Amino acid sequence: MLKSFFPNRVLSLNNKIITGLIIAMVLTIFVGIVYALVLSPPDYIQGDSVRIMYVHVPSSFIAIGCFGFIGMASIFNLVFKVKFVSLMAKSTAPIGCIFTLVSIVTGSLWGKPTWGIWWAWDARLTSMVILFCFYVTYILTWKFIARFEKANKITSIIAILGLFNLPVIKYSVDWWSTLHQPSSITLTSAPTIHYTMLIPLIIMFLGMVIYSLIIFLMRYKTEIMKFKLDKKNITNK
Amino acid sequence: MLGKKVKSRIYILVFSLISVAIIIFFALRSLEENVIYFFSPTEIYSKSDISFNKKIRLGGLVKKGSTSKSGTTINFIITDLKNEIIVSYNGLVPNLFSEGKGVIAEGKLKDKKYFVADKILAKHDENYMPSEISKSLDKSN
Repeated sequence: MLKSFFPNRVLSLNNKIITGLIIAMVLTIFVGIVYALVLSPPDYIQGDSVRIMYVHVPSSFIAIGCFGFIGMASIFNLVFKVKFVSLMAKSTAPIGCIFTLVSIVTGSLWGKPTWGIWWAWDARLTSMVILFCFYVTYILTWKFIARFEKANKITSIIAILGLFNLPVIKYSVDWWSTLHQPSSITLTSAPTIHYTMLIPLIIMFLGMVIYSLIIFLMRYKTEIMKFKLDKKNITNK
Repeated sequence: MLGKKVKSRIYILVFSLISVAIIIFFALRSLEENVIYFFSPTEIYSKSDISFNKKIRLGGLVKKGSTSKSGTTINFIITDLKNEIIVSYNGLVPNLFSEGKGVIAEGKLKDKKYFVADKILAKHDENYMPSEISKSLDKSN
């Protein structure tokens, strides 16, 4: 599994794979959107504003998942010093960052018609803003520190510190009283979303995951090329 | 199997991860007052250092059959099924505000039984379903 992410494998990655993924993504998101916006029923309390969920929830999952991956990769990276793992983490960051922003913005748009307020500094919303700050710091550190070894070390430490924020986001709604409602989808019990709404949610999630995968592959390929070019420049000097 | 250097890095990392976790745990514990978004009626009753001039948030369920309107003022009872507090609010409530559902009132306590709100937020739960299903659930109950 890991072997298929080795630099030379990714560099020789056929563009056909990416084209295939793009087709799959367009189809999935098209089906997902039609299901979510037309076929699925309005909620019994919230009415049509529940449809924001079909973008909000997948974005939040991907935002948290990406950071989880970056954090784990950083631990692996600090211990074993494998360069391509840090390049993988680096290429994941912008995806997670954008989805954090999407999650916050759609959440805000959803908050107004349901809670009656755009924004509240409750534990869930605040921890999500902290996640966004971690993403921005992580990305900027890669940008502003020119030496690879140094940037690699500092970004890894940032990512590992940010890892502690993830359980806080996840359990904030259970540990403290918040405006945000508890999770509808948990590992331990059946989802509290009716299946006519759960199916489009899962389809949208799949579509957005494929999208993330495409962006990841493209960025990762670019990062490897950049890394190899930099190395060449140094040895030539 | 693992090299000496790798082993020492693992030890350092595990040690620092545990210490950071402990620091964060205690920081969040001591900040709990600030992290929670609202107080329940029971928490307000049991709080000794409650301030009547500071803005606070009170949350719970709108007691069934407790809302009454007079002009633009709405009165209702917030309950956590143990204790309850009467809330008075002048203005429009959010669409999702209804009896038996979650609500958060922002405002000032007049005394421990009476709360004057200047903002009402509706809190909804984690259940999502079409209205036909909700109706048939109500019938079977």
